[in-house]
Amino acid sequence: MQKLLILSGKGGTGKTTIASSFVKLSEDKVFADCDVDAPNLHLVIDDLSKSITKDYYGMDKSYIHSDICISCGKCFDNCRFDAIVKKEDSYKIDTYSCEGCGVCELVCPVNAAKLQPDIAGRLDLYTEDKVFSTAELKMGSGTSGKLVTKVKERLNMPITRGKLAIIDGSPGIGCPVIASITGVDMVLVVAEPSISGITDMKRIVETSYKFGIKTAICINKYDVNIDKSQEIEYFCKNNEIPMIGKLPFDRNAIKAINIGKTIVDIDCEIGEKVKDVFNQAIKILNT
Amino acid sequence: MNIAVLSGKGGTGKTFISVNLSEVAGNSTYIDCDVEEPNGHLFFKPTNITRNSIYVNIPEVDNNICTGCKKCVGFCKFNALAYTNKVLVFEDVCHSCGGCSIICPANAITEKKKEIGIVEKGISNNVSVISGIMNIGEVSGVPIIKESLKYIDNNNYNIIDCPPGSSCIVMDSIKDADYCILVAEPTIFGSHNLNMVYDLVKLFNKPHGVVLNKYTDKNNPIEEFCNEKNINILEKIYFDKSIGNLNSNGEIVSRVNDKYKELFSSLLEKVTKEVWHAEITNP
Ligand code: SF4
Ligand code: SF4
Repeated sequence: MQKLLILSGKGGTGKTTIASSFVKLSEDKVFADCDVDAPNLHLVIDDLSKSITKDYYGMDKSYIHSDICISCGKCFDNCRFDAIVKKEDSYKIDTYSCEGCGVCELVCPVNAAKLQPDIAGRLDLYTEDKVFSTAELKMGSGTSGKLVTKVKERLNMPITRGKLAIIDGSPGIGCPVIASITGVDMVLVVAEPSISGITDMKRIVETSYKFGIKTAICINKYDVNIDKSQEIEYFCKNNEIPMIGKLPFDRNAIKAINIGKTIVDIDCEIGEKVKDVFNQAIKILNT
Repeated sequence: MNIAVLSGKGGTGKTFISVNLSEVAGNSTYIDCDVEEPNGHLFFKPTNITRNSIYVNIPEVDNNICTGCKKCVGFCKFNALAYTNKVLVFEDVCHSCGGCSIICPANAITEKKKEIGIVEKGISNNVSVISGIMNIGEVSGVPIIKESLKYIDNNNYNIIDCPPGSSCIVMDSIKDADYCILVAEPTIFGSHNLNMVYDLVKLFNKPHGVVLNKYTDKNNPIEEFCNEKNINILEKIYFDKSIGNLNSNGEIVSRVNDKYKELFSSLLEKVTKEVWHAEITNP
């Protein structure tokens, strides 16, 4: 199965808007939402069946058994993440800061600090009519990269069928994005014509190149700033990156989303343009 | 006074709001904690830049001393160590916990510094501009955020431009905040995302209010959400193509447009009052 990943340096560029219409346009209806910090794709995909849900365990977290602790403070002195909180003479773990490294467990002379499994989120898999893998990270959990990997793995389960999977990536360039990129066949970067949009786009292209993956760019809301859009086009030309579409700013996009539809479900200019971008992306994917 | 600006997701205008608030606050400090994608400096174009490298410690193994017991490999929870005739360190995944050097019975492991990013300090009119910038490919920006927050000046306004989302990295940015501004877009995506940061500020018990950005009309999911949860809507910023353009060209709108100067001044005033109020009712 081929995997097409949609990324943008940052959120808000229209990544999910484009991903959701790609899902509608693709025959296979296999897709995933890797934006585990704030998954939104399910909001615009209708008639999803009931999902198979699984708890997601992230890194273990430490716990100090207060009945055993002798308040020596060794864990406090050795924790590099400021995750041990000292209150008067007792020590506690700040689970939000704990990275589960196990140093406190290692240094505690009386075995009072111990790592324990910790539920860090939830994985959902829809398998009936459409195959959709998604997840949600619990607030304040850190290891989203691992969860992203799990979301993608679930697309490879025997029940999934089809030749093409559309993946809505996570924003940023950090570890979840690297986890999103690993193992995909193509990256489509949705760029925004603004000074910050261009910096973000360059960073993401750099990351995707590091992995040696086919990369194409499309501009969303190109008419908000024609000059910046041109700058993006030059960038593409100079770096031989295919530029496969310029989508206009179109209020209908917001309207569609607010009624839980994708932009190809309603009759509008941007919907038409997106079809074109989709076809071109598929062409690149297959060459 | 420390004001944190948050949003469930990127792209809602968090940097736009933070930059303009710092601008109208006059003598203020703008701290960009979005270390993966710091964009505030693109607007301020600060001068007199000084740069501080941020380092973490990563292990270095002396193979002449190493006895090959593999205790370190067994200990590392992040699989940053492996053993094939000698210990290999995968620097990119090391979390710098220091555990391997503690556990090594032969004392073969020492630590060396590795740069993970920088904190840049500059000035733009009266605003001190602090930007944390993480190197591409690093695992955690938390040390950079912690360093950036050291620039908080307790006699002035500090505007903290947080990373998007509600993950652990955001928590570090809001710990010292006196007030949290939640920026949201009036769409169903927006209200879904707002819900998440809202849970976060509730958890930290921080006074908070919402700024609706790219506002177009009533009857949008965010206003319903705010009414339902009784969240104060501080300001509605109407969708305006002309500011979109200024903004995308890296201009600070309240520097060049009086209407926005007024709007952001009034927003700052409202927030300041709310903080005073919170201090009186909740000392
Ligand atoms: S090292 Fe162990 S005994 Fe000492 S303070 Fe920590 S948990 Fe308590
Ligand atoms: S410092 Fe910690 S994370 Fe890094 S290699 Fe050693 S044990 Fe692993």
